[in-house]
Amino acid sequence: MPFASIFVPNFWLQAVVRAEPALRERGLVLIDGNPPLSKVVAIDEAAVQMGIEIGMTKTDVEQFAGAKILPRFPAQEKIAHAALLDVGWSISPRMEDIAQDTIVLDLSGLTSLFGAEKDIGAHLIQRLKACGLDGNVAIASNIETALIAARGFAGITIISPGEESHCLGGLAVRVLSPSNETAEILDRWGVATCADLACLPILDLSERLGQEGVCLHARARGESTRALLITEPADSFEEEMELDDAVEELEPLSFLLGRLLDQLCERLKARSLGAASLCVRFKLQPSFENAVVIQEAFRTEKQPGRYEKQMQLPVPMRDSKMLLTLLRLRLQRHPPDAPIQKITLTAEAARPRVMEGNLFLPSFPDPEKLELTIARIVHVVGEGNVGSPSLTNTHRPGDFKMQRFLIPQEASPINSGCGRARHRADEHADGTIPASFRVFRPAIPAKLALHTGCPTRVAFQGLRGEVSAASGPWRTSGDWWQEDRWQQDEWDLEIHFQDTVERSSSDGFHPNPGIYRFYYDSLRRGWFVRGVYD
Amino acid sequence: MGSKTSVLRLQVESSLAMRVASPFQFRGRRIVETVPTGVPRIDLQVGGFPRGSLTEIYGPTCSGRTSLLVSALASRTAASEVCALVDAHDAFDPHSAKAAGVKLERLLWVRCRNVDQALRVTDLLVQGGGFGLIALDLGDALPHMVRCIPMQVWFRFRRAVEHTPTIFLVLERETTVKTCASLILKLHAKKTRWSEAVKSTNEISRPHSLGCLLYGWKIRAEMIRSQAKREDRSDAGFGTEIRRNIRCSTADERGGQRQR
Repeated sequence: MPFASIFVPNFWLQAVVRAEPALRERGLVLIDGNPPLSKVVAIDEAAVQMGIEIGMTKTDVEQFAGAKILPRFPAQEKIAHAALLDVGWSISPRMEDIAQDTIVLDLSGLTSLFGAEKDIGAHLIQRLKACGLDGNVAIASNIETALIAARGFAGITIISPGEESHCLGGLAVRVLSPSNETAEILDRWGVATCADLACLPILDLSERLGQEGVCLHARARGESTRALLITEPADSFEEEMELDDAVEELEPLSFLLGRLLDQLCERLKARSLGAASLCVRFKLQPSFENAVVIQEAFRTEKQPGRYEKQMQLPVPMRDSKMLLTLLRLRLQRHPPDAPIQKITLTAEAARPRVMEGNLFLPSFPDPEKLELTIARIVHVVGEGNVGSPSLTNTHRPGDFKMQRFLIPQEASPINSGCGRARHRADEHADGTIPASFRVFRPAIPAKLALHTGCPTRVAFQGLRGEVSAASGPWRTSGDWWQEDRWQQDEWDLEIHFQDTVERSSSDGFHPNPGIYRFYYDSLRRGWFVRGVYD
Repeated sequence: MGSKTSVLRLQVESSLAMRVASPFQFRGRRIVETVPTGVPRIDLQVGGFPRGSLTEIYGPTCSGRTSLLVSALASRTAASEVCALVDAHDAFDPHSAKAAGVKLERLLWVRCRNVDQALRVTDLLVQGGGFGLIALDLGDALPHMVRCIPMQVWFRFRRAVEHTPTIFLVLERETTVKTCASLILKLHAKKTRWSEAVKSTNEISRPHSLGCLLYGWKIRAEMIRSQAKREDRSDAGFGTEIRRNIRCSTADERGGQRQR
């Protein structure tokens, strides 16, 4: 049963570089601890060449020109760790989370999917790089050997069964992670490598170092065995970026969002998932940070503002460019009201849509592309003006609500398509079509002359007409228990206007001879034109 | 002579090289697929709405333009297609559309405020693709506003829907699409049918009784242009009748009530 271990060396530094790739090989120095006791905890290769060492104080490092000093960033480390876990889950569901920078995978049965162990190792390295991390991969027949080899050897290491002791022999004893006390004892004994430790008699070692010595001995020989403690995969993905200088403009913000989305989508891709919803959160610069404080006594610590937008997607997506465009359109409509200090992107994952094409069904818009198109349309016409109309269960005239337009699930073509089309054709076999209505929104105020309760003349928008035929009144009322109750008498009137020359009104309405629907609003005590049959 | 022609041909080809791949290549006549309009009598005359082309329906108010459009929407949505309606002046009535058989869940309705918005939205929808029918309703737009739309807009729309299964319908008061349209239908209203005979307007003191019901009205359609039928104008128009759904007096305790 082979196991693979992934180890990310210099993890704290890599986590920062992953969020800010421009810092790679720029003499980056990470410091940790409370000032003035801040000390260097991680350095890159360029900083090593400058002469900077781990454990130096911040004041010492500041003497080196060109060194970029940053504090440790636990949030980025957490996200980088999540990315490392995603890389593991992209290969095997059986994975143990050993440490922030180390994971172990069970590779049983994966050779048929990914090829030989070497190919699996290469695949893991490739996935790590895609997620912005560089790491070592070791494959061995037991967990401990794989862990030690990943920490001890760079690149891909494959240890065949039976060769564990030989392979690990050259590694320093410290890769076995002994306690400080034991490490000191081993140092005094002159035991420097795993091979030295493996040669020691186990009983004598047990007498002198106890259980820890026995464990270290077994590890050094590559004979330690234990069960895998499986970690449950998470369905939520998060990426975060804290900015040195607050961003106000949408253009630089899009650049940053694009970078975060690239990382997020890469993680989703590694897990073969898509984002079902995307949430963007901004930490905003406090509004009064630069304001003149008149009375110091009244000054209070104001919490920085928050901005949050949730975006539900019609189908799980993982195309970072498309998601970025959708986010941009959303942010253009609702921009944050202060410069942004911190960006957090969270995606709820779902399985991507798998659809089999059907020759007997008509084509329909690609849901991902349609979502983008709708977002662009909303940008033009405003929210609430795009969607699918849905009738409400009421007699209130003209009442409906706009729903989000989603492509309906396909039904059988026999049941829904051809069959119903034929039904419609049969319905119109008599040569008639149902009358449709054009609505005037809002309704146009009108004046009507009545004779014995029936309209005879109408006037609206500067036009006068004679009623040649009428049908009504159709009385509707409802919602009397609510504030927005209604009570109307509707009339269908055939009108011949006196002024036959078309007169354009200010709102573009052209009255023509035809059948109009008027109503008397009993609550507002006035006549209105609801629309026209067309 | 022959060399001159070949030189000219070469010049034309080189000047159009970046835009047209082979300008002198013969392009065979495209076989246009048509789908039912939802009105059998119109289908009989015009053969249905052509796919991948522009169809223009124009006529005055109450000429049955909207009824024909809604009928087409009902026909396409019933065939499981996804349709889009760009409503330039927010005049669409979902209630009458539902009654006419439109599956509203398959209809993307965009409510615009003016012609400019409607054109921009249509452009986005046409470029997005995948719709069975895209309808641009300019029925309430002022004719002079519609006449101001540059011809290139219609050319662009025609080009965008070409070789796609999309039916592009334009609803107007006056014809403006002209040569860009594969099918142009002109509609006008005929006699209205009431349940009771209407008296002459000169004599009226009361033009109806309380029992009078609107049954519908007849419309006359005229095929001005059809590429599918290779006819530029049919002298004889053809009529159909628009049927008004008779109101019912059912009561619904939740939403209110209707009474006569």
